[in-house]
Amino acid sequence: MARLINRYPNRVQAIVLSLLPFAVLVAAYLAASHVRLAANPGDKLLPAPATLVEAIHRFAFEEDERSGTILLWTDTAASAKRLLAGLGISAALGMAIGIIVGVIPYMRAALAPFVAALSLVPPLAILPILFIVAGLGELAKVLLIIIGIAPIIVRDVALRTAELPREQLVKAQTLGASTWLLVKRVVIPQMWPRLIDALRLTLGPAWLFLIAAEAIASTDGLGYRIFLVRRYLAMDVILPYVAWITLLAFAMDWLLRVGRAKLFPWAEPMR
Amino acid sequence: MTQLTIKGLWKEYDGQVILENVNLEIGNHEFVTVIGASGCGKTTFLRLLLGVEAPSRGRLLMDGRPLPSEPGPDRGIVFQRYSLFPHLSVLDNLLLGLDLLGSRAFGRLWGKRKRGALDKADRLLDAVGLGSSRDKYPAQLSGGMQQRLSIAQSVICEPRVLLLDEPFGALDPGVTADMHQLILKLWNMNKMTIVMVTHDLKESFYLGTRLLVFDKVRFDPQAQDRFGATITYNIPLKGRRDAIHQRGAGETPLLPHLA
Repeated sequence: MARLINRYPNRVQAIVLSLLPFAVLVAAYLAASHVRLAANPGDKLLPAPATLVEAIHRFAFEEDERSGTILLWTDTAASAKRLLAGLGISAALGMAIGIIVGVIPYMRAALAPFVAALSLVPPLAILPILFIVAGLGELAKVLLIIIGIAPIIVRDVALRTAELPREQLVKAQTLGASTWLLVKRVVIPQMWPRLIDALRLTLGPAWLFLIAAEAIASTDGLGYRIFLVRRYLAMDVILPYVAWITLLAFAMDWLLRVGRAKLFPWAEPMR
Repeated sequence: MTQLTIKGLWKEYDGQVILENVNLEIGNHEFVTVIGASGCGKTTFLRLLLGVEAPSRGRLLMDGRPLPSEPGPDRGIVFQRYSLFPHLSVLDNLLLGLDLLGSRAFGRLWGKRKRGALDKADRLLDAVGLGSSRDKYPAQLSGGMQQRLSIAQSVICEPRVLLLDEPFGALDPGVTADMHQLILKLWNMNKMTIVMVTHDLKESFYLGTRLLVFDKVRFDPQAQDRFGATITYNIPLKGRRDAIHQRGAGETPLLPHLA
């Protein structure tokens, strides 16, 4: 019998094993829900599957009586717009400032400590300032995401840039590269996959800040909805919304990972 | 014509003397091999020529003019590792120098000039035996192929001086013999001056037209950093150059006097 560390699951086993924890979670939920509803049919904490399906149908496929829109989709669109704007602007800032800090020693001396300090400011602590300064509109919500994740991306890109082998940069200079051409042909192309890695790592915080901002001041969005229906203890809405947010986040992560492999095959580990 | 002149060169870091009083004349189209124990400053010497280190004292001249204090296209370099660009295919790695030198704003050539560059790159790829790998990425190449590409990448820019920092140190012996033929072929084609740091004595005799040995001439056991290394032997091997030429590419290297 081989050691445990030397035994590998085959493809089917791997799929079954990966689904197992999810199955356990669902089973545990169903059992607990059944027990609670048997004791008290009016219990709202762990709604029965039928109640969940009914709520999903109501929110995802039927028009809302008051607004005349399908709430799940308008919420998703509103949240996605904020999230993508925040991520996109953070990525652009991260790439631009990160590379400048990583490549140019004078800029590193000027900006690296500042960015490091900035990245340690708790974004939620300055959320009131954002609401005061930027108002309660879209700007404050997008700004919160940017303030939360841009410094992380800047630092990551700067570190990855500084990690490029010195030999490569010297070689490029002996091939005639100016600072600008070195950045354009050698540094930027190698930082794209690193930027994607940084974005994947900051997806979680980005969602966190989005939902926090929506919970506090918003009139639509996934986070807004969850905190709104919380007043009625509407677990039948909250649970599907949480699952939907998780699915969206997972899909974004998957897209970034697959896109990275497709666009930058050279950056994948080679066998 | 490329003449390198080194006068009274010293290099120190924080009171630690690495090189002391190095004086040297390197003529046109020489193949200088540099050997010495590890830590003797031979790599520092190369880095001074490359322009990534500045001398503490003394002068480095190329054709009577001070060497630029930063790396440039007049001096090519091949390191032992990491001198390829992992995000570029073999062909694009080779084209990079032509792109950079030919287009100062975009770093890319188009149209007729691109075709000219492609033509030159393809010929060089065939000459270094990488024609069939032109679309691969460097990580997909063996160590020997990577070094071939790295050398070709420097040579395509036609540097006046090619600096080699233990370029074959990580390769298998069989591969190294091939590389020796390649570097001699390119050296003859391009009429450039080569300065090569190596730790392989046989290699240094076989390839060089001049052999430099770096070592300390003074030594203080109480203060080992007090004295630096200098050129203790400067051996012209010019007589052997013709013999090497005759042996040329393709044949197995013969080193009867060292074997």
